Amino acid sequence: MSARVLVGVKRVIDYAVKIRVKPDRTGVVTDGVKHSMNPFCEIAVEEAVKLKEKKLVKEVVAVSCGPQQVQETIRTALAMGADRGIHVEVSGKDYETLGPLQVSKILAALAKKEQADLIILGKQAIDDDCNQTGQMTAALLDWPQGTFASEVNIEADKLKVVREIDGGLETIKINLPAVVTADLRLNTPRYATLPNIMKAKKKKIANVKPADLGVDVSSRLEVLKVDEPPQRQAGVKVETVHDLVGKLKEAGRI
Amino acid sequence: MVLSCSVCDVIVLPFICIFKARRCIRALKAVRAEHVAPQVYSTRWSSSTVPRITTHYTVYPRDKDPRWEGMEMERFADEADVVIVGGGPAGLSAAIRLKQLANQHEKELRVCVVEKASQIGAHTLSGACLEPTALNELIPDWKERGAPLNTPVTEDKFAILTEKYRIPVPILPGLPMNNHGNYLVRLGHFVRWLGEQAEELGVELYPGYAAAEVLFHEDGSVKGIATNDVGIGKDGSPKDVFERGMELHAKVTLFGEGCHGHLAKQLYKQFNLRENCEPQTYAIGLKELWVIDEKKWRPGRTEHSVGWPLNRNTYGGSFLYHLNEGEPLVALGFVVGLDYTNPYLSPFREFQRWKHHPSIMSTLEGGNRIAYGARALNEGGFQSIPKLTFPGGMLIGCSPGFMNVPKIKGTHTAMKSGMLAAETAFSKITDENLQSETAGLYIPEYKEALEKSWIWKELYAVRNIRPSFHNYFGLYGGMLYTGIFYWFLRGKEPWTLKHNGLDSAQLKPAKDCAPIEYPKPDGKISFDLLSSVALSGTNHEHDQPPHLTLKDDSVPVAQNLAIYDGPEQRFCPAGVYEYVPLETGDGMRLQINAQNCVHCKTCDIKDPSQNINWVVPEGSGGPAYNGM
Repeated sequence: MSARVLVGVKRVIDYAVKIRVKPDRTGVVTDGVKHSMNPFCEIAVEEAVKLKEKKLVKEVVAVSCGPQQVQETIRTALAMGADRGIHVEVSGKDYETLGPLQVSKILAALAKKEQADLIILGKQAIDDDCNQTGQMTAALLDWPQGTFASEVNIEADKLKVVREIDGGLETIKINLPAVVTADLRLNTPRYATLPNIMKAKKKKIANVKPADLGVDVSSRLEVLKVDEPPQRQAGVKVETVHDLVGKLKEAGRI
Repeated sequence: MVLSCSVCDVIVLPFICIFKARRCIRALKAVRAEHVAPQVYSTRWSSSTVPRITTHYTVYPRDKDPRWEGMEMERFADEADVVIVGGGPAGLSAAIRLKQLANQHEKELRVCVVEKASQIGAHTLSGACLEPTALNELIPDWKERGAPLNTPVTEDKFAILTEKYRIPVPILPGLPMNNHGNYLVRLGHFVRWLGEQAEELGVELYPGYAAAEVLFHEDGSVKGIATNDVGIGKDGSPKDVFERGMELHAKVTLFGEGCHGHLAKQLYKQFNLRENCEPQTYAIGLKELWVIDEKKWRPGRTEHSVGWPLNRNTYGGSFLYHLNEGEPLVALGFVVGLDYTNPYLSPFREFQRWKHHPSIMSTLEGGNRIAYGARALNEGGFQSIPKLTFPGGMLIGCSPGFMNVPKIKGTHTAMKSGMLAAETAFSKITDENLQSETAGLYIPEYKEALEKSWIWKELYAVRNIRPSFHNYFGLYGGMLYTGIFYWFLRGKEPWTLKHNGLDSAQLKPAKDCAPIEYPKPDGKISFDLLSSVALSGTNHEHDQPPHLTLKDDSVPVAQNLAIYDGPEQRFCPAGVYEYVPLETGDGMRLQINAQNCVHCKTCDIKDPSQNINWVVPEGSGGPAYNGM
């Protein structure tokens, strides 16, 4: 098959790190904090590489939007098996306000430019939990979408996707080209081993600016302030149901 | 009138011998206790009654394991000129120096650094008050290059604390704890900057890959290292994603793993490097970063204390540094010598308790804690420096241990040792007429260079300060010794005091000691262990064999719990070790929460049964310190 897969990877603060709000309440502290590839993006890369190993696709291209540091994330994707990378340079204020709408415009433009047949993304990023980029990208391209995928199979010209939904599992068949977003149970990502990291240094990462793709990255959203969640208050133990009802009434809950 | 003590083999002057006597008797008791324990229990307890804890292949080899039959165990190998284990101050200084020399002499040199942390600086933890001597030699234009030395020391305070009061002690010029000319730094950020300098020079940095195994040539010299395998399940069996680590071969391998490195531990045995030195002694340092009320912030102020809450026979003290990095940040911490004798002592809880001292609370009130971490540090100094070179390799930095204990500074000496190792290695590697006897290069010139350098003079001068605490008056005896001998003689006294022996042999049985009543954490100044561990950002892939391996799974309950009431549940600053009741009801078992580990190495050092062997987990696991 001559298909080309575009995989989006996002560099996010590592999930085990304790987040701290910046003193000026405009965001969270990111300087020096441990970052890694978004776990759902790892699953997306793994799925793309698996498809390449099954010879169902020809080339896997990893894409990331952000400042210089995202090149590390692209290298990890290359070490996992992607063939080449594209770094869309967005930095400073633009990067702080970069959201799903701008990213999906960038991905749509790249998909047309690279003539991709399939876009695989993580279902959401663990820093903003938006769960919008995949869906918006599909809409902008007017492509079908298979979101929350826990199983993906290529059958002839179509994609069979098993989706995780509230009620259970839903199986759909969609035409290619399409957008798929990866859910947790899709696969177990492989490790980026050291020999592969060394080989990845030789793989190409192209640099592109959003303007080159005709995309305006200015945001229509303004963050007013960011606060820590309220401190968890201690609970109160009561002796009888009567007391409980009394306390709930006091708190205005009933 | 000079006597020679028959037990500890040291020449003593009359008035010191009184202090020594108690130490000799303690040393004798320790030797006796060491021999009693193992034999009694290994014959009485069978492993079938003890739940299986350890599954690591270093204890249960895979070539005898049926689950590993037929697995592909070949490793990809690559060649470099020098491989450096550990991306800390020593390792990076060595890498930078090598590349500087290579560029200067227009030679090609491939230098690879492997580091177990996910990013350079993420496992670095120190006070820290940096003496810029080594940095000035390595990168003289560090200021123009943006090195994060933003806080020169402006005020230096030292005090003895009692439960309610603070007794200031004047720091006379010439005493080791004088900090004029030094900088307060966030060492993690400094190490990160060193990493950037190294990369600019062409060093290959590989964070996220741990050196798990030392490789040997047929002639016994060191060939290089192999990085950790990935994809081994918690029960020790291979997972679908299993992949072997990679071999990095080098002409010479520099080992800069920091205090109590696990590969260094192996090398000591392999090459008998410790036969002519004293055992290393250690302390544990716990540290927090706080954003305090601006009104209380005094950038450049350095405060140290000794005394409360530790008793006079437990070595330790505190530090509190006001950093100047934009926001009102203080770095504070507590150090406890690991030769403490009471198994009920918890270094973490001593630290939390110390913060409630009126003089400390006044600084912290209204502030916010933003980081926590812990790490063991060396206290052995001059007497504990092992043999540093062996065919194919060299030891650098805190791994062999060059810390100046009374100054509580080891970064400058670690960096200098890395630089000297680099210089001697470079001459040997580029020597075209070299006829090496072994496949891995043997470079004894490194030791000679160290002996001629300021490191040696510095460590020799302060060699007697730490051991001088081993007397009846403990802290006060030590301070007296320092005040008299060091201040007047600067270490020129002709005798060299000895340490007390292994830290792990110092614990007294629990029945001979009184439990310590620690106050409950108040959630504002002092905190509980688990919320502290969460702040370190530590994490490990949970489905891997616990990297805190036990040589014998039955020893913790049979010995550590039975005799010492399980001291590991108290000295571990991350809550890794817990004694929980057995599901069957009667008796306890040890539960190892390996995911919490912050890689401090205290358990490997202090375990009275020396049953715990810390090995490196999958790379990228461990704490995520940011500028600690």
